[in-house]
Amino acid sequence: MYDEEVDKSKRQFLTSALAVVGTVGTGYLAVPFLAQMQPSVKAMAAGAPVDVDISKMEAGQLIRAEWRGKPVWVLNRTTEVLETLKSLDDQLRDPLSHDSVQPVSSKNPTRSIKPEVFVAVGLCTHLGCSPTFRPEIAPHDLGEKWKGGFFCPCHGSWFDLAGRVFNGVPAPTNLEIPPYYYVTDSHIIIGETASEAKA
Amino acid sequence: MKPSRLTNIGNWVLDRFPLTNLWNDHMAHYYAPKNFNFWYFFGSLALLVLVNQFVTGILLTMNYKPDATLAFDSVEYIMRDVNWGWLVRYMHSTGASAFFIVIYLHMFRGMLYGSFKQPRELIWIFGMFLFVALMAEAFMGYLLPWGQMSYWGAQVIISLFSAIPVVGDELALWIRGDYVVSDATLNRFFAFHVISVPLVLVLLVFLHIVALHEVGSNNPDGVEIKKNKDANGIPLDGIPFHPYYTVKDIVGVGVFLLFFATIVFYMPEMGGYFLEHANFIPADPMKTPEHIAPVWYFTPFYAILRAIPDKFAGVVGMGGAIVVLFLLPWLDRSEVKSIRYRGGIFKKALLLFVISFIALGYLGTQPATPLATTFARIFTAIYFGFFLLMPLYTRWEKTKPLPERLTMQPGIEECIPALRATYDEITLVEPVQTENGTVLKRKLNPDGLIKVLSRLAINLKKKFD
Amino acid sequence: MKNLILLFLLSFTVVSHASESVELSSPDIDISDHKSLERGAKNYVTYCLGCHSIQHIRYLRIALDLDIDEKKMLHEIAPEGAGIYDKLQTAMNAHDARKWFGVQPPDLSLIARSRGADWLYSYLKGFYSDSSKPLGVNNSIFPDVGMPNVLWQLQGEQQAVYKTEDGKKVLAKLVIAEKGVQSEKEFDQTVNDLVNFLVYVGEPVQLERQKMGKFVIFFILMFLVVAYLLKKEYWKDVH
Repeated sequence: MYDEEVDKSKRQFLTSALAVVGTVGTGYLAVPFLAQMQPSVKAMAAGAPVDVDISKMEAGQLIRAEWRGKPVWVLNRTTEVLETLKSLDDQLRDPLSHDSVQPVSSKNPTRSIKPEVFVAVGLCTHLGCSPTFRPEIAPHDLGEKWKGGFFCPCHGSWFDLAGRVFNGVPAPTNLEIPPYYYVTDSHIIIGETASEAKA
Repeated sequence: MKPSRLTNIGNWVLDRFPLTNLWNDHMAHYYAPKNFNFWYFFGSLALLVLVNQFVTGILLTMNYKPDATLAFDSVEYIMRDVNWGWLVRYMHSTGASAFFIVIYLHMFRGMLYGSFKQPRELIWIFGMFLFVALMAEAFMGYLLPWGQMSYWGAQVIISLFSAIPVVGDELALWIRGDYVVSDATLNRFFAFHVISVPLVLVLLVFLHIVALHEVGSNNPDGVEIKKNKDANGIPLDGIPFHPYYTVKDIVGVGVFLLFFATIVFYMPEMGGYFLEHANFIPADPMKTPEHIAPVWYFTPFYAILRAIPDKFAGVVGMGGAIVVLFLLPWLDRSEVKSIRYRGGIFKKALLLFVISFIALGYLGTQPATPLATTFARIFTAIYFGFFLLMPLYTRWEKTKPLPERLTMQPGIEECIPALRATYDEITLVEPVQTENGTVLKRKLNPDGLIKVLSRLAINLKKKFD
Repeated sequence: MKNLILLFLLSFTVVSHASESVELSSPDIDISDHKSLERGAKNYVTYCLGCHSIQHIRYLRIALDLDIDEKKMLHEIAPEGAGIYDKLQTAMNAHDARKWFGVQPPDLSLIARSRGADWLYSYLKGFYSDSSKPLGVNNSIFPDVGMPNVLWQLQGEQQAVYKTEDGKKVLAKLVIAEKGVQSEKEFDQTVNDLVNFLVYVGEPVQLERQKMGKFVIFFILMFLVVAYLLKKEYWKDVH
């Protein structure tokens, strides 16, 4: 069968060349197949920003909106509530929101663009249950120390009315603040920031 | 020198799993005849298409909804909203048709070279079961888009089962899960199409290849290479499958992909044969389309069904057309395997079979006019005659003497000088007067053409004797 | 034997003509012509969306493919109150549709793929006055159709001219009896744009896949060349 010298180096080269072309080709093929699993346009459409009308909000009222399948709270905070927030800092794990997720516009003591309106994603940062809204002071089941906030019934995490997490509870970080902006004083859009909206 | 870590890991595996033995038995030391030609590409191509159907199929199931109210829309969702969904869908639909083209050519190879004959009958039987399973898989898959053709095609074919005496109606009811093709039918066909039949296909492919490797491949000369072995027990006319046929099959894959990509990117509907126009209308149980025709790969058998006037006899005929293929190893009485050395009668009979199969395929796509039905009956007779008369016309064949060793026929590259010579023969170079002076132009030479055509006719006649 | 073959070949001619009953005219389909598609989209929303939805395509997709700014899409083309992610839904609900027309007007997302561009073009141009019909019009391509001639203002009124064939009254051609707002050439362009738009809507990714095909085939050819060289090199061993 072999009557001439087998040109090993040529075979090696051609095999490597084919392997390279084949790998590149497989890569090209893999890209669409893997990208197929990315969110479809339907998911993107469902995840589009939502409008919330806050013109008729009463003092202390909580509106529940939905964005990307998650509950988003819009809370009208009174001046008393805002005062109370200042006194809680030493009980909190991360009072200045260094570790939590929020847009730049909400990285401040009240964690909101305007202090009176608080917008947050209503999911506990521990394992994702939705905490209950407990604005009352010192209720029977939560004790004297409770000054109003969000209580997660699943594993007992405490958050204040700026969504900041207390020390000694399972949740590791403050509640997430979604990107949002004011179109007018009574109309906010949740899901993108003002600069993203203009682009 | 201390063995490397990789070698150690390798040895750990090899002590517990016969990887090297498997590799040697089935690739590096599996000796295949050295004279495989064009017809021998289709086995590996069938495997490639199977893998394609699996991968694209799995991706489709991620977004397809097997519910009568949601199915059609989910396919359009895949085509438009899912990233690259259109590519996956077209690869799957083109793959289905490509599968049948490849398989029909693969089966034809078997008929040309007698690959179904002793000792390879079981390979042929497994292959026939694979063919039946493939037809079931394709039929059920076609219901899933829930278009007009999907629905009505399924309705017609399942109602054929009711033609079976005594149990027919109950059987059809059991298959459908309802009184008409409905959501229940769709759901169960989805289950069968996505998991049960694919499992059966994979099992049968495994059995098919194991049976093949047990006896070794046939070849275009139909002469067993194991008859002539060297001192080490290696067939003289055999070459190891790896690297020779791995490298050759990769070229086959490349050519196939060229055709495949052309269809997927430029003509996925293929004029309404791969994706039928009527199937872009959602299924409507109240409205039957004007022409219900099965997909092109079923049309030969559909034509046979329609040609026979009685409903039950038609079903028997259609089934018989497939059963008769199973019996081929025992119908063919000739000792000679390959068409190269067989008598003129078999060659002509095979040609008639091919013509009738293609003609029946065409007739199956057309409405059943009286003229078309007459032709369908003639070709059905030829189709069955090819098989049922075979024990007679193959017993006393005037076969040619078989070679002791394999012959290597010229490949494409070797034919090029001959083609050039023929081109020169059928054309003339003549000086022609133009504005810029005399120019040499090539014109058709009618005398040369006649000479070449008559030589071609004589050669063709000789081939069929 | 020879005669049988001849007869067999001749029969093809009979069979192939059996299904063609009406001559169809061909539009000029070019879905890379964004302006035509934009005109078609606008006309679709104006004349067709009232009854026929195109539920499988979103305004966003049309805007992206036709290079139309999102705001322009929502203000000038899409109907009032539509969002960019919305699908082209019709305002007419199924119940009313069935009451008024006897059947819900079909969704037109895939009409170009099932009927074909030629049929659609001829159909939209094929309406003519027929006082015997409830809506006062009939159609030469789709006899006894339940759809009114929504484009009558643009086309004008067409009337049928009949001729006698084998003793039967057969439609010969259609002529414009009363002119509409558009000339014949302008109207042909309008219908052309509409059909062009419907062809695009049937498969928005058409152009993109054809563009991509070039690169894929080129790549496969490159692969083939290398694979073939490798095969030849190894098969030098085999005689």
